[in-house]
Order: sequence, then C-alpha cells, then structure tokens
Amino acid sequence: MMTAVAAIPPFETFYAEHAGEVLGMLRRRLGRERADDAFQETFLRALRAYGRLEHGAHLRAWVLTIASRVAIDARRRAGEPTGQLPDVPHTDGRPAYEELAFLTDTLPPKERAAVVLRYGYDLDYDQIAAALGSSEDAARQAASSGVRRLRRRIA
Amino acid sequence: MTVPTRLDRQFRDAAARAGLLDTAYDVIESELGPLLAAVTDHGLARISFDPEPERELELLARLAGPRVLRSPRALDETRRELDAYFAGRRTAFDLELDLRGLPAFTLRVLGELAKVPYGQTATYGELAERAGNPRASRAVGTVMNRNRIPIVLPCHRIVGTSGELVGYGGGLPRKERLLRLEGAIL
Repeated sequence: MMTAVAAIPPFETFYAEHAGEVLGMLRRRLGRERADDAFQETFLRALRAYGRLEHGAHLRAWVLTIASRVAIDARRRAGEPTGQLPDVPHTDGRPAYEELAFLTDTLPPKERAAVVLRYGYDLDYDQIAAALGSSEDAARQAASSGVRRLRRRIA
Repeated sequence: MTVPTRLDRQFRDAAARAGLLDTAYDVIESELGPLLAAVTDHGLARISFDPEPERELELLARLAGPRVLRSPRALDETRRELDAYFAGRRTAFDLELDLRGLPAFTLRVLGELAKVPYGQTATYGELAERAGNPRASRAVGTVMNRNRIPIVLPCHRIVGTSGELVGYGGGLPRKERLLRLEGAIL
C-alpha cells in the first residue's frame, strides 16, 4: 500500500487556519502598525510558492517560517537588531548555513524542520516548538539529533 | 487572534490584483439564495446553489489548482451581471466562461444550450438534435445535470416534451422561479 501523502488544501482553508496566528506573531515582533504590511507580504509570498508545494505536511511551520523571514527583513530595513540573527560574517570558519542546506534534505522531517528553523532562520526553540506543535525540549532534541546525524554523514 | 476585516480584505484584493490565484470566488446574494461563484483567468468557472464551502473549494482546487481564495473584488463583474439578471434588467450574459476539461459532446451541447434565448424553452430531445445527435436526449439530461455554470448556461430552459420541468441540479423550485422571472411560464 502506498503511504498517504498529506494533500495540499485549497489556499482559502490554509489561510483561514493560520492567518490569526501569523498576525499575532508578527505583531509581537514588529508592533501593531508594521505587522499589517508584513502580514500581507507573508501570505503573498506563501501564495507565490503554494502552487509548487509537493505536499501539505508542516504547512503551519512553513508559513511561520515565511512570516519570520518577513519580520527579519522588515527589522533589517529599519536598521533594527534582528534578534538572535548574527549579521556579522562567519569569521570563525564555520560554513554559512546556505552551503549546508541541501544536506538537510536527507533528514527525517521533524529533525529537518527543527534544524532548518534553528540554523537557517534563527528561530528560538519556543518558536520552533510552536511551529512544530511540540514542546521546547522536543524541538531542542530534534535539532540536536538532526545536527548529530548530519555530522555523522559528513564525517 | 482574529484578523481585522480591513486587513483581511486588503490581502484578498492584493492576491487577486497580483494575479496569484488559480481561482477566486465569492458568495453572491440572489433571489434564489446565496450563490457561490468562481472565476479563473479563463473566465467564470462555477456557480453553485449549495455554497457549502469545503466541498466546493476542493472541487475548484481540482479544476484549476490549489490557489483558491475568496476575493470579492475579482467577482465584481459577475456580481453586476447576476444582479441585473435577477432584477430583470439583463437577458444575456457577457461573461467569459472557463469550460476547460469538458469532453467534446458536452461542449457541443453547452454551446447549443447557450443559444436558447431568454424567456424561451427547448426540450432535451431538441437540444440533442441541435448538438448533432437526436437520440442522445438522455445524455443531454446528464450534461444539464452536471452543468457547472447554471443560470449563465441556462439549463433551466430545458424541459420535457410536454413542457414538464423534469429536474434541476438546484432543485425544481429554483428552476420554476427562473422560468417565471424570464416570463417563460406564468
């Protein structure tokens, strides 16, 4: 028997399900006024990518990731600090995340999501936990076992 | 958190304006109750008497793609023409139709159906004959029953040999009201 793949819901259903949470997150990070623009930008970006999605799993994590990106862009444009995101180049000789991103394709979905959200998008573990619908501890564990798995593969 | 109406509306307008939707829909109030109407970039694709969202949205996503969003602005022209029709001020529609994916016989039948004038009726057999297959009146009945764009493609004007209303996807009372509106029956 084939494994069931999560179907991609009509965009309306996806939007209705996540719009409120996305707006709440953006308001916390950008304030009420700027959150409105970021809200529209987030769902327009999601809409542009929506036709290319291959399945409907992790849509919540996906849209929160986009929203987080939009918020970081907005803060950067305003010359504000972008939270945990280091704006300095990687002077310690670590490769930039972009160079490693393709490796994460081989991770189990939950570990992959945790690694991408933590290291690709610099989300905190409480945000990652919220995005994955799990506890903070579980998010931390998923990220670290994902990183261990990657290390074993690279070694 | 509830998204304020203004912000929600802004996003829905912007999505349609940016041309990012496979299908835009809205629920339009009418004489016959709420109608769900949907347009793609090819034209009007759907009118449903049963705007039970979930099932309709799935159907629309299968027809044209998953980017289905309620976006009232995109339905402005459809709403205007339907309003005028129900007010008795319009007897023909100028809307482009999206009939992609339908088989050739269905398209022929719908093409003939579109020519049946306002306020008049034809029988299933007559329509079959005009579509080039006089013995296919039963198949014509099936095409009428599955008509995705009722009212605009006027399947309500197709009746039995002795003038009986026979059937209607939206229910016989609606068929009767449409024919009464057009003055086809008293």
